[in-house]
Amino acid sequence: MKTLFDMQPGQKAVVKKVHGEGNLRQRILDMGILRGTELEMIKKAPLGDPIEFKVKGYDLSLRQSEASLVEVEVRK
Amino acid sequence: MTKQALTIALAGNPNSGKTTLFNQLTGANQYIGNWPGVTVEKKEGKLKGHPQVIIQDLPGIYSLSANSLEERIASEQLTQHSPDAIINIVDGTNLERNLYLTMQILEMGIPTVVAINMADMLSRQGAKLDLDKLSKRLGCPVVGISALKGTHINELIAEALKVAKSGQAPKALAYEKDFEKLLSDADAVLGSDLQENQRRYWLTRALENPESLNLKPASLDELSALVKSYEEKEDDDIQSLITFERYALIDQVVEGVRGGKVPDAVSTSDKIDRIVTNRWLALPIFVVVMTLVFGLSVWSAGPGTFLTDWVNESLFGDIIPPAVESLLVNWGVADWLQSLILDGIIAGVGAVLGFLPQMVVLFLVLAFLEGTGYMARVAFIMDRLFRRFGLSGKSFIPMLVGVGCSVPGIMASRTIEEERDRRMTVTVTSFIPCGAKLPIIALIAGALFGGAWWVAPSAYFLGIAAVIISGIILKKTKPFAGPPAPFVMELPPYRWPAVGTVLRSVWERAWSFVRKAGTVILLSSIVIWVLSSLGWENGSFGLVEDVENGLMAKLGGAIAWIFKPLGFGNWRAAVATITGLVAKENVVSTYGVLYGIGEVSEAGEEIWHLLARDFTTVSAYAFLIFNLICVPCFAAIGAIKREMNSARWTWFAIGYQTIFAYVLALVYYQLGTWFTTGAFTVGTVFGIIALVGLLYMIFRRQKDYQKSMVSAAPAK
Repeated sequence: MKTLFDMQPGQKAVVKKVHGEGNLRQRILDMGILRGTELEMIKKAPLGDPIEFKVKGYDLSLRQSEASLVEVEVRK
Repeated sequence: MTKQALTIALAGNPNSGKTTLFNQLTGANQYIGNWPGVTVEKKEGKLKGHPQVIIQDLPGIYSLSANSLEERIASEQLTQHSPDAIINIVDGTNLERNLYLTMQILEMGIPTVVAINMADMLSRQGAKLDLDKLSKRLGCPVVGISALKGTHINELIAEALKVAKSGQAPKALAYEKDFEKLLSDADAVLGSDLQENQRRYWLTRALENPESLNLKPASLDELSALVKSYEEKEDDDIQSLITFERYALIDQVVEGVRGGKVPDAVSTSDKIDRIVTNRWLALPIFVVVMTLVFGLSVWSAGPGTFLTDWVNESLFGDIIPPAVESLLVNWGVADWLQSLILDGIIAGVGAVLGFLPQMVVLFLVLAFLEGTGYMARVAFIMDRLFRRFGLSGKSFIPMLVGVGCSVPGIMASRTIEEERDRRMTVTVTSFIPCGAKLPIIALIAGALFGGAWWVAPSAYFLGIAAVIISGIILKKTKPFAGPPAPFVMELPPYRWPAVGTVLRSVWERAWSFVRKAGTVILLSSIVIWVLSSLGWENGSFGLVEDVENGLMAKLGGAIAWIFKPLGFGNWRAAVATITGLVAKENVVSTYGVLYGIGEVSEAGEEIWHLLARDFTTVSAYAFLIFNLICVPCFAAIGAIKREMNSARWTWFAIGYQTIFAYVLALVYYQLGTWFTTGAFTVGTVFGIIALVGLLYMIFRRQKDYQKSMVSAAPAK
């Protein structure tokens, strides 16, 4: 299973499923990360965590633990 | 002629320009407080030119799912006190995500106007939004505005008043067929379980999070059966299906709305960010920015310190006291009252107000950085480091500021949205030695360590270690345990901050500090003056010449035993510690007075030889540890109380700081004495027990509080 955590800077992907539960999952969904959403991995923070993504035209930062909840299909 | 008062709620995403719009709508007519029981700021104001209309600023939120504290407040406000109208501000440069909240607001059945912000920025980029089309599809008026420049605000006000008076609510948008079917089935099942009013909102809420509502067990069962079969059919769970439906609606709403030039794929903000949070450049840039923040406000030769020194030395030194004194002498005021006013009130309140210029400069720099969007980057850069010990990336700023003064440091914690992280930050910020603790360090270093160079750096290391250890200890205690708070954070585009918004933010913070100086600190200054000035002298009770005869000295003598296990159980050290609670600057000057030297220089060179008699190197450093870590000054306690907004949490912080300081000093003194003298005493046993306890708190396994957290979560 590939997740947002596995992406390299500049790579684009489409969300397949958001795992996890409760508030955290709801927050990820509310921010527009859901089945079918396209996003681009921009970069990791200088210390390697969190990770910045571009989604629906804005920039979002997710911790590694949160990024690994989002299953994606990486675009070639 | 009195018209009935109208209430208009202002709702929108964080970073959408909501605060700026609120200032545009209300001007100077604002009331700022907290929402009941929490430290989420509540702002209300009268609409400019329409004093009978109240504008209520809801917390900035992304959704009404009622998951976070802010969301809960906003949804309760909209459901229980339903306002006459909602102005929903939407960032036009980030339509889809902003409209997500709009979709939920439209379900509320409250008259709504959508204000598309940053219309000017869009047209400058050559992009166009078809507002008529948007309005038709959303079923409510849509106004394009610029909150920053104040354009089309009057149009927005006119539309908002119109819908508020007509009471005409927009019709909620129709979802896709199958989902609408689910909604109407749920409607039938829930029947009287849900209120008629705002029913559509409650229906989606019941689907999303049925536990948060008071449903009958039978209806709950029927509802879960409905949901289950829908989930099976759609092969997904209900939370993501609802979100999916809402975003699908948004896609329909914005379809064909955008025209003109397509904005560049890589915006200017993206280009700036490539440098500012670049893998290699981010940390150096961060260091430079923080050096600037620090330099401007608290560095000894910066403008903030310059002004503060002026206030302390000139205004509250050479100007006000002599002027007041001559006034009091002219009026023939009694000596004791003169002393109370000059030595008690003016000296005490002045010592605190002296920090004001420094803090204004600091607040100015911070508000500017907040406005530009850099603060989110600070959190982005520092998060990994701070999360290790239970804090968040946003805890960095309070501690950096705390090097200058804990009061603005603690107040800077307000930018941390997550309550647990904020409480933790407020509790540990004062461990970082502030400017006023430096003279204590210099005193001890000079008197007992021959001015050794390592004493001062060791104090900072001690502070940092205290923060880290406390983070680790507290993270494992029940109030701070639980699953980590989501750090799903927007990195807003870089923008020039609005001057008015920055200045207003500085004013609000500075004024609340001044008010504190006028109340808590005024009172405590009077109490300390009374205690040190009254006492028995020459057989009668009254004003004393010699502080040694004052009540304070008696009090110091009475409580000195508390400090005996720490190695400084003499009344002078006890009194110095107590006066340090008013302001840490007092510790050295109190010693000057208590040794009968009178006025001493900042580091107290005159009393070094006297101090050396009362202390050993071990007990002196234990004294230093206790005074650096224990409860900060009254001003900082006031700041803690304000930011915790709860008596219980304030006492928790004060209690933790005191006990932690006591344990550290105890362990240091007892074990230090054992190692240096070789004498194993009863005290040594207590020292070892305290050390073992401390190590246990640090290294014990984290208990699983998950279960109790979950059952406590739904607030309704």
